[in-house]
Amino acid sequence: MTRAPVSLPQVALPDNQRGFLQTKRTDTWWLFPTITLIYFAIAATYLTWAAWQGEHYWYSGPGGAQYLSPIYSPVLFSDSTRAGAAPVEHSWFGEWPSWLPKLLLGFIPLTPALLILWAPGGFRLTCYYYRGAYYKAFWGDPPNCAVGEPGFRGTRFRGERSLPLVIMNIHRYFLYAVIPFIFILSYDAIISFIFIDPETGSHRFGIGVGSLVITANTVLLASYTFGCHSLRHIIGGKKDCIASSQARLTAYNCVGCFNRWHMQWAWISLFWVGFADLYIRLCSMGIWSDWRIL
Amino acid sequence: MVSPTTERLKPQIDDLIEGRHLGKLHKPTGEKRRAVFRIWRGDDSNGKFVDYPTEVTDGMVVLDAVHQIQAEQANDLAVRWNCKAGKCGSCSAEVNGKPCLMCMTRLDQLNLDMHVTIEPIQTFPLIKDLVADVSWNFEVKKKIKPFKPRKKTAEEEKVGGWRMKQEDIDRVQEFRKCIECFLCQDVCHVLRDHKKHAEFIGPRFLIHVAALEMHPLDTEDRIPELRNNHGIGYCNITKCCTQVCPEHIHITDNGIIPLKERVVDEFYDPLTKLFRIFKPGKGGNSA
Ligand code: SF4
Ligand code: SF4
Ligand code: FES
Ligand code: FES
Repeated sequence: MTRAPVSLPQVALPDNQRGFLQTKRTDTWWLFPTITLIYFAIAATYLTWAAWQGEHYWYSGPGGAQYLSPIYSPVLFSDSTRAGAAPVEHSWFGEWPSWLPKLLLGFIPLTPALLILWAPGGFRLTCYYYRGAYYKAFWGDPPNCAVGEPGFRGTRFRGERSLPLVIMNIHRYFLYAVIPFIFILSYDAIISFIFIDPETGSHRFGIGVGSLVITANTVLLASYTFGCHSLRHIIGGKKDCIASSQARLTAYNCVGCFNRWHMQWAWISLFWVGFADLYIRLCSMGIWSDWRIL
Repeated sequence: MVSPTTERLKPQIDDLIEGRHLGKLHKPTGEKRRAVFRIWRGDDSNGKFVDYPTEVTDGMVVLDAVHQIQAEQANDLAVRWNCKAGKCGSCSAEVNGKPCLMCMTRLDQLNLDMHVTIEPIQTFPLIKDLVADVSWNFEVKKKIKPFKPRKKTAEEEKVGGWRMKQEDIDRVQEFRKCIECFLCQDVCHVLRDHKKHAEFIGPRFLIHVAALEMHPLDTEDRIPELRNNHGIGYCNITKCCTQVCPEHIHITDNGIIPLKERVVDEFYDPLTKLFRIFKPGKGGNSA
């Protein structure tokens, strides 16, 4: 990467470098980054743990419910020897193949979730909102606005200008990867309303609490995804004359609508995806019972 | 017949209709009280905080208090101001550590039981007391390629001017609300903590570039410079600039991030590059 010589004017700066966490702010500036830190850490820990379980991600209720945990969807291969695994007919390519190890390096379990989670995981990791939030909460870069940073970074700071963080520019590729997930999760939401009669085997419309949990999850994830900054750019933002096409303008405004609340969608959908997994997991383990509404 | 609820709420409704609620909500009581202002006195090399106790009323703003102190106790206190209406961008300072306009910060937003700290903005050299030298900003602005409109079409020539869609103009209009208070430059950690003045133009000028780059008439390409010389990659989208902007410009979401996406188009996205090869003459950000 060659760069033209820097051409910005120089300035004689005051020597007023503040130390780590030094600030004159008198409000509770530390509160929100701390909540963010705890929340993201708990969510990441739970989701990683759940993805590594490889069992109890599917619930076939006594009333014929068929719920699939969103973090395991789509199921590419199902290892039907595990408890609470998706039935083979619900997996895209059938039974777990012999060429695919169940353990990586002999001790890291490989599960259906780990085969697909790189996409939504990478999408969140490189999301513009999450980046800003975890740079603050986890790296203290800065700890909060007008609060001093750790001294070691100083003028060596590189931001997202060069490696490693320049990688973040890959975000739109993760967007391309997760858009199909919205359709797959919509399919999961639809089948959560189809109950299989245990006696006759016939399919019947029904509503369980799980159906609502799964549907809400799909709606929240879609709202988060459709507010993506990269999508807003691709769908119209990259043009200077967005309004020269009415369809483009409508699409751009539509994404803009979700985009305005992108942080809120990010928070709620992160909680809900974990909760939906937990709900199905506990139902599948027999700890909770799914309440049939209709 | 009037329902009992309407009857009960009538006084409030009358207040609302006649606008008296505004007075009730914000009416200053006129009560005087003492407050202590801890103000930075001196220049870069030599200075200290000095406490100034003074009488204030709750309708006052920080700039009023500073003026009162200047009139009554410290005639040589340097403070820059012009409009007292949040429109000239001169009175930027840090009140209790928060970058803000002194003329728009009401005393009733502050806890006057504690002293109120007033400092000059931190990212630029200090001239004296509350006055910083912000001229670096004006020099930076000169480094940005100016507006270069496209030629008028034959039809536009006939009607005498360019024609644009209102929606397209609305987008750049947001950035033109900027009053150049430089509070965003002050709070941005890339300048404030990392001192990247030689490589980063700062949020104020990123939205200046956005206003030009996204303009429906503009034909200039500022994207390579934005990445190579103006340091957009330094911004880590932590949004402090947006939080302090007195004009409520969505600096990060509507300005910086869309520009970052345009940089991705031109430098980091092999697919877009590939499309360009097959569609010569069509820049990604052109009309
Ligand atoms: S969002 Fe970018 S420009 Fe704005 S304060 Fe943060 S680092 Fe600076
Ligand atoms: S963008 Fe906002 S904070 Fe920055 S200089 Fe303009 S008005 Fe001030
Ligand atoms: S910016 Fe958040 S998902 Fe793309
Ligand atoms: S005096 Fe003009 S903005 Fe405060």
